[in-house]
Amino acid sequence: MTVLRAHAEDEYAEELALLAKEDDRPRPPGWALSPWAVTTYVLGDGSRITPKYVGARRIVEVAVATLATDRALLLLGVPGTAKTWLSEHLAAAISGDSTLLVQGTAGTPEEAVRYGWNYARLLADGPSREALTPSPVMRAMAEGRIARVEELTRMPSDVQDALITALSEKTLPIPELNTEVQAQRGFNLIATANDRDRGVNELSSALRRRFNTVVLPVPATAEEEMEIVTRRVAQLGRSLQLPETTTGLEEIRRVVTVFRELRDGVTEDGRTKLKSPSGTLSTAEAISVLTSGIALAAHFGDGVLRAADVAAGLVGAVVREPAADRVVWREYLETVVRERPDWHDFYRACREVS
Amino acid sequence: MIEVFGVRHHGPGSAQAVREGLARLRPDAILIEGPPEADALVRFAAGCEPPVALLAHVPGDPSRSAFWPFAVFSPEWQAILYGTRHGVPIRFCDLPAAHLLAPQGGGERGVRDPIGELAAAAGHDDPERWWEDAVEHRPGAASQFEVIGEAMAALREGYTPDAFEARREAYMRRVLRATVKAGHERIAVVCGAWHVPALAGSPPPVKADDALLRGLPKVKAALAWVPWTYERLAIRSGYGAGVGSPGWYHHLFTVADRPVERWLGAAGAVLREEGLAVSSAHVIEAVRLAGSLAALRGRPLPGLSEVTEAARAVLCEGDELRVALIQRRMVVGDRLGHVGDDAPLVPLQRDLREQQRHLRLHPATREEQAAREEQVVMAVREERAGTVVRELELDLRRTLDLGRSHLLHRLRLLGVPWGVPGEARGRGTFRESWRLEWRPEFDLALIESAALGTTVETAATRRVLDLAPTGQSLGELAATVEKCLLAELPGALPGVLAALSERAALDADITHLMTALPAIVRAHRYGDVRGTPAEGLAAVARSMLDRIRAGLPAALPGLSGRAAGAMLAQVDGVHAAVDLLGDPAARERWLATLLAICDTSGAHGLVEGRLTRILLDAGALADAERRLARATSRGGGPARAAAWIEGFLAGGGLLLVHDARLLDLVDAWMSGLSGEQFTEVLPLLRRTFGGFAVPERRAIGERVRSGAGGARPEREIDERRAAAAGRTVLTILGRAHG
Repeated sequence: MTVLRAHAEDEYAEELALLAKEDDRPRPPGWALSPWAVTTYVLGDGSRITPKYVGARRIVEVAVATLATDRALLLLGVPGTAKTWLSEHLAAAISGDSTLLVQGTAGTPEEAVRYGWNYARLLADGPSREALTPSPVMRAMAEGRIARVEELTRMPSDVQDALITALSEKTLPIPELNTEVQAQRGFNLIATANDRDRGVNELSSALRRRFNTVVLPVPATAEEEMEIVTRRVAQLGRSLQLPETTTGLEEIRRVVTVFRELRDGVTEDGRTKLKSPSGTLSTAEAISVLTSGIALAAHFGDGVLRAADVAAGLVGAVVREPAADRVVWREYLETVVRERPDWHDFYRACREVS
Repeated sequence: MIEVFGVRHHGPGSAQAVREGLARLRPDAILIEGPPEADALVRFAAGCEPPVALLAHVPGDPSRSAFWPFAVFSPEWQAILYGTRHGVPIRFCDLPAAHLLAPQGGGERGVRDPIGELAAAAGHDDPERWWEDAVEHRPGAASQFEVIGEAMAALREGYTPDAFEARREAYMRRVLRATVKAGHERIAVVCGAWHVPALAGSPPPVKADDALLRGLPKVKAALAWVPWTYERLAIRSGYGAGVGSPGWYHHLFTVADRPVERWLGAAGAVLREEGLAVSSAHVIEAVRLAGSLAALRGRPLPGLSEVTEAARAVLCEGDELRVALIQRRMVVGDRLGHVGDDAPLVPLQRDLREQQRHLRLHPATREEQAAREEQVVMAVREERAGTVVRELELDLRRTLDLGRSHLLHRLRLLGVPWGVPGEARGRGTFRESWRLEWRPEFDLALIESAALGTTVETAATRRVLDLAPTGQSLGELAATVEKCLLAELPGALPGVLAALSERAALDADITHLMTALPAIVRAHRYGDVRGTPAEGLAAVARSMLDRIRAGLPAALPGLSGRAAGAMLAQVDGVHAAVDLLGDPAARERWLATLLAICDTSGAHGLVEGRLTRILLDAGALADAERRLARATSRGGGPARAAAWIEGFLAGGGLLLVHDARLLDLVDAWMSGLSGEQFTEVLPLLRRTFGGFAVPERRAIGERVRSGAGGARPEREIDERRAAAAGRTVLTILGRAHG
């Protein structure tokens, strides 16, 4: 039997072992590798170690240095900027274990970050350590490993604040048993959060102060983003078992260009400033616009991805807030798209659905 | 004994080393890399507060000038300070500015940063850090200048300097020989590290140097001290030998100890000043992060990049705006230098004098005024002792007056309101009226603007460009465009237009756009009239119009009566501007937008009525009657109908006089109102008709009276009596026999 997706520390076990063998630099207590080797693991060395995160070196350096100072790390960024990916690999490289994970949702209970009870045990034997169900955070503290919290800002504020004691006092009191779990050396916490979404629970300043913040940027160049989008669209098409379509690079390039220009608020040639709509316009959304376009072309069109197939999805992705975004979108159409000589079909298609 | 201090220009580490080196050497003469013409200006340095710059320029030719900026952390400045404090003679030993600025003088000043190159070769991005790591902390070296000399000798091995550099170094040697000959014994030479091997090694024969320096082209060059700013010192101000982080270097040079802790503490204070919560705990964590980052990168101490990353992750919580604030306020810094009162005139002042002479427009004192009674001077009044107010009427069709107008407008842009524009007598755009009053503080303003440029024109251009991207509103920027045209600053126009189109793109309030557009279009037309190249204005106007078209439909619904009135004026302004723009395609699109708005009801009656009228006047409407009927029908309610009528008829009732069908419609609507409804709309109607001229109102009244009941009596034409007049008309038209 094979798992659908292996943990980072299993999938890259060979690379980790290689680095651990050759790593002669000082390792912080509780770390499997030295900070330098962790950085190399994440960024790759060009030959034996594959790059896991493609982006600026300084981001990874600041992240690793933060974890080495026993400060918690907060990875911020719009969806689709590899926050979770980076946190998984950092945890795998530092503690050799990326599984101590708490997923933040609106319904995450306090037990998920502190501890719960095994009620059968509790009723049978009364309160004891054996009746306690530790949370991933508690286990990470006891074993001196890295705990991960996904989507921290989606958790209710009171659950978020349960982390404060763990991060500042490095201990988790258990008043029911009149005892505590003290963090072992090597314990730290990586949280990820989305800074574009509305309606999240902002961190309290007391908690915020315990984190060093690293903002993960969107892909820096159009080429980089094109590469990511093209690959993912092809993968998704296969896994969704869509009928074969002819996907012109031209249509992908246009969608990526529209997303980048509106997101950055400036045209690719840097000559015209634009308003940005309220949506996030992440790479992930560009991928979904193209995938649905392909589905349209395959089932209702002639099997070739055309401007009309992506237009509807594109407008839906851009115009999130009917009043303000529509003005932004129309301005963009009229001042930028209309002027581009080889975009006429695209302009017409967008005008039709706008 | 000659000691050559090879330095990194604007390097605080070098400055520190030079200061210590000079104290140790106790020289009796100091040579500094710089223009020898400045020897006479050195004595004013004591009264200057850095950053200041030596400015060399060719009088009357603004395009040829060169700057030698000095900050407190410049090694050259430390050498100058040592010399002036200890009474040691200072001589500048670079190629004279007279040769440098000559048309074939040899091009750009060298902008090589050899220490930066060495640092980059060693894998460091901050040359200052590398200097400290590799040079100052290197144990066992007798003197860091020896180390640097050796490194440069290695770097220059097999290198032949180009002709310009060879001349510069030959001149340095010539000055050095002359200084030795003059009997000085302990001579300190402060020059770029790159030149050390040329001065310290065995010198080439005197003859070879003389041959190099023979027959160099020469111009008349003038030098002056000018105030400088850290912003201009930074690379982004566009001078070759700039430094990217003058504020950080200043900090490194002036701080007593613990530079990282003090820097991050100060960064916290800067953020706190802006009302952001930054606690001591933040600063502590930032210092720790900077330290561990430096350890991770294998550096002995955190440098600028480490403290910046630490500030970004901890103090700024990842917020790039706050990082930019620290970058602007601290890394670059906003320090402004001062030049002592006794220092000679700066070129900007000199250029103003020159232009005043040329345009025969002097800041007159009383005696001069009596002697110089020109016909343009209308009145002279004394207001305060010493200053004279006079009034000036300019006729812009005369070249001299046009030049005067440009000068006064440019000075105003520079913050020197010598002339205040008054109400022009008579109509027409070719007349301007000014009140002139020179005040002493204007000289001060000119000195402070000296860093902006050497002439009034270049300085005003620079000032406008500097101000353009900062917090000006769209309306202000549009006004600036007009001012640029008035002052004839074609160089500033592209930058201001770029800022304008940027602001237009980001401004969410469409009324701002609508206010600014007429000014832009006016400037476009006016520029054409004046012959100023206003390229790009039309493009900006068109893109603004496109944005207005996109935003207008969303801006109209839900307006109150008062807001609708304001919007009406805006729409009228834009429409007039569209006509003035002279672009049929743009006009067509504009009218199409208006039509679409009228078709989707929802706009205030006033606006919709007015838009219908605009479309009717433009001939873009075939079904005006149907629209009027629809607007005045019962469905909308009488108040909206009255507002519609007001908008439709605003600005003249002639339409009603001449278009009988429309009059009938209005008449029928009004007659059909019930008594209660009529009372309701009466004030609105009164306001509409009250705006018409009296003869128009009378004509409308007569029309209504004579045409009551709709059966308008056709005027009978007596063919026989008309025949004579018809013949005459045909004769005039040349078709009598046709």
